Amino acid sequence: MDFLRPDTLAEALAHKAERPDAVPIAGGTDVMVELNFDHRRPAALLDLTRIAELRTWDEDDGAVRIGAAVPYTRIIEELGGRLPGLAMASRTVGSPQIRNRGTVGGNLGAASPAGDTHPVLLAAGATVEAASTRGTRLIPATDFYLGVKRHALEPDELITAVHVPVTHAPQQFSKVGTRNAMVIAVCSFAVALHPAQSRVGAAVGSAAPTPRRASAAEEFLSAELTSTNQWESPKPLLDSVKRRFGDLVAEAASPIDDVRGSAAYRKHALSVLARRTLGWAWQDYSGKVA
Amino acid sequence: MRVNVTVNGEQRQADDVWEGESLLYLLRERLGLPGSKNACEQGECGSCTVYLDSVPVCACLVAAGQAQDREVRTVEGLVQGDRLDPVQEAFVDAGAVQCGFCTPGLVVAAHDLLDRVPKPSDPEIREALAGNLCRCTGYEKILDAVRLAASRKEAGA
Ligand SMILES: Cc1cc2nc3c(=O)[nH]c(=O)nc-3n(C[C@H](O)[C@H](O)[C@H](O)COP(=O)(O)OP(=O)(O)OC[C@H]3O[C@@H](n4cnc5c(N)ncnc54)[C@H](O)[C@@H]3O)c2cc1C
Ligand code: FES
Ligand code: FES
Repeated sequence: MDFLRPDTLAEALAHKAERPDAVPIAGGTDVMVELNFDHRRPAALLDLTRIAELRTWDEDDGAVRIGAAVPYTRIIEELGGRLPGLAMASRTVGSPQIRNRGTVGGNLGAASPAGDTHPVLLAAGATVEAASTRGTRLIPATDFYLGVKRHALEPDELITAVHVPVTHAPQQFSKVGTRNAMVIAVCSFAVALHPAQSRVGAAVGSAAPTPRRASAAEEFLSAELTSTNQWESPKPLLDSVKRRFGDLVAEAASPIDDVRGSAAYRKHALSVLARRTLGWAWQDYSGKVA
Repeated sequence: MRVNVTVNGEQRQADDVWEGESLLYLLRERLGLPGSKNACEQGECGSCTVYLDSVPVCACLVAAGQAQDREVRTVEGLVQGDRLDPVQEAFVDAGAVQCGFCTPGLVVAAHDLLDRVPKPSDPEIREALAGNLCRCTGYEKILDAVRLAASRKEAGA
């Protein structure tokens, strides 16, 4: 095995072009578990933690560009005000030790259906920035997840950043786990209000082969809020609306039965999460507009 | 490969390090620092917690090669001369140490918490220690130890 230790992004991309089989390692919180248990013996490890460009974030044109190797702890501390949903999801990842190392880039690279940041990135309308020696491209989060632990990166590409629109509108993330801390999601849900576009974003995690948007639920609620003029003058949401939204979110999922929960439980839990988080987000929004 | 790393203030070098090896293995088996414990090797128990560039991490989840040119501080490095750190002392005095297996990781996690938050609330202590498992104490004594260390630090400051 080789251990590649580039100091710059250009060097890292050159390595990846030459050695597409090199496994990138950022926080290592997924990669090292696989190595420790001999589940993986890559030909090379490509350490991304020395690359300063990947450890910074900046704000430009209404979006925050977060370097792929910025750990969760810094997202929580530095970006909570601008990216409430992502900060909320980051707070639920593992333990302080895991959040000190784990990154959004790594969450995307692992592309586990249970990754906590995925529903938020989908609901918020985030874009994944990928680069290779051939150039840089932007992949909408919606197109990034292809299957269980499969994503849209080419073998010579690295995730360099994720672009998340800055918002002052409410966002919520909620996950069901078997206890309070240190749990992988049984299912999870994110909702983001986009008043400027009169639109609602909604996505589920851990409830299908990939994280996915709940498009029918998004369309139903966006139409409902727009036709009743509620973006300008919000009123308390009717129970029937919240319930319908929850049902449509549950219908977007195609969960499996596994040790963590049955498919039926996941669907039920998602409808409850969707109703509740929407309630919180809407209450928050009504307070802001009033 | 060769790895150079500063451990507890001392420049250390290890040769023939396997590229997939963890920092925990490097510390325990190559540098003779058995303080950080190896239990789960998957980030679940926190008994291997060390500071890496002043940030508490699970040493089992850091590749040894990632520690190149960085600074590591282990539970051994918290003592000042022959005096225990106040957090270490409080663990002993509060009876928070039974078999002691989880103690090094908890001490580092608690040490970091008190550095950041001198007077933590109980929920803050629980949150900070959520990544550390103990099979012996039932955690009450551990909470006592952190409260005791906080009050002593305040009195001393
Ligand atoms: C105890 C424990 C608890 C956890 N709890 C949670 C949880 O609650 N929620 C959750 O979502 N996750 C959880 N995880 C999983 C893990 O922490 C996250 O997936 C994390 O975001 C991974 O980030 P990392 O930087 O450590 O990734 P790494 O382990 O370094 O990499 C993960 C994958 O992404 C690839 N990769 C990394 N960076 C890039 C890049 N820039 N470009 C291309 N590919 C890249 C790697 O090759 C690898 O395949 C937990 C893990 C542990 C050990
Ligand atoms: S041995 Fe590292 S967390 Fe358990
Ligand atoms: S004292 Fe024995 S595991 Fe904690």
